[in-house]
Amino acid sequence: MIPDGSLLAAHDLRKTYGSTPALDGASFSVHPGEVVAVMGPSGSGKSTLLHCLAGIITPDSGTITYAGRELSAMPDAERSALRRSDFGFVFQFGQLVPELTCVENVALPLRLNGVRRKAAERTALEWMERLEVDDLGAQRPGEVSGGQGQRVAVARALAGSPKVIFADEPTGALDSLNGERVMELLTEAARSANVAVVLVTHEARVAAYSDRDVTVRDGRARDLEHAV
Amino acid sequence: MSIGHTLLGLLESGPRHGYDLKRTFDEKFGQDRPLHYGQVYSTMSRLLKNGLVEVDGVESEGGPERKRYAITDAGITDVTQWLAQPEKPEPYLQSTLYTKVVLALLTDRSAADLLDAQRSAHLRMMRILTDRKRKGDLADQLICDHALFHLEADLRWLELTAARLDQLAKVVAP
Repeated sequence: MIPDGSLLAAHDLRKTYGSTPALDGASFSVHPGEVVAVMGPSGSGKSTLLHCLAGIITPDSGTITYAGRELSAMPDAERSALRRSDFGFVFQFGQLVPELTCVENVALPLRLNGVRRKAAERTALEWMERLEVDDLGAQRPGEVSGGQGQRVAVARALAGSPKVIFADEPTGALDSLNGERVMELLTEAARSANVAVVLVTHEARVAAYSDRDVTVRDGRARDLEHAV
Repeated sequence: MSIGHTLLGLLESGPRHGYDLKRTFDEKFGQDRPLHYGQVYSTMSRLLKNGLVEVDGVESEGGPERKRYAITDAGITDVTQWLAQPEKPEPYLQSTLYTKVVLALLTDRSAADLLDAQRSAHLRMMRILTDRKRKGDLADQLICDHALFHLEADLRWLELTAARLDQLAKVVAP
C-alpha cells in the first residue's frame, strides 16, 4: 500500500473528534524533494491530515510510514526526536520566539539538536541569505514585516536540514506579492536541498507552486493527477 | 459551447421533436442566446448522418412533417465522453461548464467528478503558468499573472458549484 520510493506515506487514516469525523479513510504520499499541495474547503480535514503526517496527533486508525518506519507505532519520545531531526514546520504566523533575534530563531533547531552556538548561527545566516533576509539577523520578530518574518520562519524550517517541511497556510497572512515571493523561495530552496514539502493551502495560486495536488473532501484525500 | 452535445444530452431523457429540443435548450441554457430553428435542424441532420441520433417517428397532423429524434447508443457514448473530458482551461468558460454540470445532473452522471476533473485540469495549467512566470522576465510574469487570476476565478466558481450541487440538482432535475 506504500507507493514506491515515497518518503512519507499514510494509508487509510481515520480520526474522529467527539462524534465528528475529521479524517475518514485518507491516504497520502510524498517523495523526497517533491512539493505536494493539500487543498480542500474549510473543515475538510486538511490540517488534521498534516498534523497526523507530522506526528503531532495520532490517528484513531491507519498507518503512517516515514522512511520505512511506522510512525504511528513509535513511542512518543522517539517520535518527538524524529520531528526535531527530520521535520521542519512553517505556520501562518506566530511561530518565531519573540524574545530571540531572527538569527537566534533560525539557529534554534540546530541548537536543540546540540550544535554549538557559533556554528549554528553561521548555518542560520547562510539560510537567511538564501531567503534574502540576512540583513535582519540582529532584529527581533516584532521589528520585521510579515513577509520578512515568514522568510525567517522558512529559513528556520530549512536550517535543521529536515527531510520534510510541513507548511500550513504559510502565506495566509501575507499580501499576494509577498506570498508569492515566499512560495518561490521556499520551493526553490526545498527542491535544491531535496526536501519534501507538504503544503496545506486553500489558495490555488499558492498550490500552483507545487508539483502535485491532493484534494481533501469530507475527510478523504483524492489525488486527481493520476485519476484523469 | 457544443450545441450538438447539449442537444444529444437532452435527448437522453426520451425522444423529442426539433421544436421541443429548441424550447428545452432555450429554457435551460439559452438565456442570453436562444437557438435559431436553422441551428437545431442543421445540428440534428449532422447528428443523424453521424449515427448519434435516429428518427423515431414522423408526424404531420395536417401541417408540415415533424421528425421525432431519439438518441442512439453511439450518441450516449458521445455525451459520456464529452462530459468526462475537462475543458481546456481558459478564461470565460462558465457557460460550457455550467451546461456540462446541468447535463450531468439531468442524466444521473456524477457532476462532482466532472468538477473535480476540471479543477485538476485548471491547477495543472496554473502550475505550467507559474513555472513560466518563475523563469521569465517581467513581461512574461505580467502576462502569466493575468491568465492565473482568470483561472483562479474559474476555480473559485468550481468550488462554489461543488458545494451547491445538491441545491442545483433540486432546481434543474426536480
